[in-house]
Amino acid sequence: MKVTLFIPCFIDLCHPNVGMSIVQILEQLGHTIDYPEELTCCGQPAFNSGCWDEARDVAVKVVERLQDAEVIVIASGSCGAMLKVFYPELFQKTGCEQAAKSVANKTFEFSDFLVTKLGVTDLGARFPARVTFHDGCHGLRELDLKQQPRTLLSHVRDLELLEMSEAETCCGFGGTFSTKFPMISSAMGDGKCASAQETGAEYIVSNDSSCLMHLQGLLDRQGKPLKTIHLAEVLTSS
Amino acid sequence: MTTPVHQFHTDANRAAQDLQQRAQIQSALSSYETACEARKSAFRDWESARQTAAEIKWDAVNHLDQHLREFADKLESRGTQVHWASNEQQARDIILEIIRSNNAHSIIKSKVMTGEEIHINEALEKAAFDVVESDLGEFIVQLRREAPYHFVFPAMHLKRGEISELFNRELGTALTEDPEELTMIARRVLRDKYITADVGISGANFAIAETGMISITENEGNARLTCALPKVHIALLGIEKVLPRLRDLALFLPMLATAGAGQALTCYNSLYGGPRQPDECDGPEEFHVVLLDNNRTQLLADKQQRDALHCIRCGACLNVCPIYRSIGGHTYGTTYQGPIGSVITPHLRGLQDWKHLSSASSLCGACTQVCPVKIDLHHHLLHNRRNAVIDKPVWREKLQFAIFRSVMNRPKLYRFCVRIGRLMQPLHRLVDGTRLDPARGWTQTRKLPRIAPQTFKDFWRNRK
Repeated sequence: MKVTLFIPCFIDLCHPNVGMSIVQILEQLGHTIDYPEELTCCGQPAFNSGCWDEARDVAVKVVERLQDAEVIVIASGSCGAMLKVFYPELFQKTGCEQAAKSVANKTFEFSDFLVTKLGVTDLGARFPARVTFHDGCHGLRELDLKQQPRTLLSHVRDLELLEMSEAETCCGFGGTFSTKFPMISSAMGDGKCASAQETGAEYIVSNDSSCLMHLQGLLDRQGKPLKTIHLAEVLTSS
Repeated sequence: MTTPVHQFHTDANRAAQDLQQRAQIQSALSSYETACEARKSAFRDWESARQTAAEIKWDAVNHLDQHLREFADKLESRGTQVHWASNEQQARDIILEIIRSNNAHSIIKSKVMTGEEIHINEALEKAAFDVVESDLGEFIVQLRREAPYHFVFPAMHLKRGEISELFNRELGTALTEDPEELTMIARRVLRDKYITADVGISGANFAIAETGMISITENEGNARLTCALPKVHIALLGIEKVLPRLRDLALFLPMLATAGAGQALTCYNSLYGGPRQPDECDGPEEFHVVLLDNNRTQLLADKQQRDALHCIRCGACLNVCPIYRSIGGHTYGTTYQGPIGSVITPHLRGLQDWKHLSSASSLCGACTQVCPVKIDLHHHLLHNRRNAVIDKPVWREKLQFAIFRSVMNRPKLYRFCVRIGRLMQPLHRLVDGTRLDPARGWTQTRKLPRIAPQTFKDFWRNRK
């Protein structure tokens, strides 16, 4: 299958390993990767700030480039939700409405693509650690991703998954919210980290690097030993 | 004068760092969650119950004119006086006029959020009337001269010890941490008030169009006494409270109890359909129903967000909201706190003054997931943000996103910015987290992520 890969801006800049891991996994499974280098952002920061005109100007490039793709895989539940759920609304009653719907229909978040579309659950990974999983809100509630990442984790050798009580509670990132209301955002993040720590896990795993970037930032500032890692990186460990 | 947005920022910053307050909210809501889940499982299918409830409210709200007409006609046919108030001022005037024309002095109230909305207590006190709240939580916050902290649990921010001290200070009673004793203190004070009150003011949980009745649901029995003992009963309710048929209560009463408090059914459920009839021996001599618009019709005109009028004020969205749980109820500065408050307050009280509440959300969607009448709450926060920008763009934000658009749409410019960013990184260490840091919004509590030596785009290009 020819898989068109969408790598969100924060992964490109700060967490390129996540993208590399996804490339490695998909190629090992025998798929060809098409990576549109000219695409950087889905437009969500502008969209979430109410600046829908600016968001559309960015998103239209994505829609135009991706509308003819066979299948689109995106490395983040949040950006995935933007493409799958919010593009059809953003382009309602515009010339791109149909193209946006077609993009939405063939976009898959990475773990969903593996488990639901390909039926792949075991990638032969080994990750000897205690981990807890953080459900990113957009992935969980907009895309209904609950079991997919857990199914993948359950097949990783030597990995112990310890569910935290607040797995489904927002970590407080929320895009521009995190800098507009830093104290609320951080208070929420502290709650998340405390819940993760209670499990005795060494790592917080998630399928959303944006949440992890926020949590890692808090943990580093507070000098806590807990680490964060993206699901794709766990799946390429051996 | 402090604007709502400044006040919000100040209060939110303080509250978010107040670990004691957060612990108090956590403990106050801890049993709610378990109880709520247990009660939901008592429904044959909670999800289809939500769907049915949403459809009934959709009918009620989309045919509001017909249902309200029917409701008012039925009420009037049994001797109730129905009043229509367009705004806060009219509602206050109507209520004051009823009280004056009855030569009343003493007023008892059961829990009525629309009363908070129109600031009825302040108006009554200013007019030198004696007004007492009879709901225990409302009684406590009235003694503290503060607004309810949560529109279902008004005093959930207080510990027993604080309530005991309050009673000791205001009522001269002995200190006690025994919840039953505290309730008895309030009851002793309130029993006298019920008997001497001339007017009882209540709200309504539902307005039944078919039979012309208001439905009140409560746990303390105080609303029954408020509505039945004084010779005049005034019910103040928003026009969106309508349910088309009496049998709709069979779904809505258990649903409200479940979502609101994790109860199978609230302890007392009463219907009021008119004043004392000629063949009856008790009940109020006069029954007035005041129907409040106060910009609800504006929300009704908004096709996209009209479903916000489905709200049955159960408070479930507050209880699960991580923002509410981090900043508490008073920070909102509104009658209706939490997600539903953030959605409707800009409509009720002005978009530009209250748009910050819609921004103060991570859009996690926990509210939408629990809403029993399926209001698309977190998406409406997005809609409010968009509407605020269309209505009155903020130039700084516009500029910010114009730059964002240029950078994201021009790969060469993006690469250039990445290079500049890399060069700036070592310099950033000098100001990291300080007041001089341009990224302080992030760095005052978090370490800034570093730009990788090789971005994904670099990796891809090198690979080719």
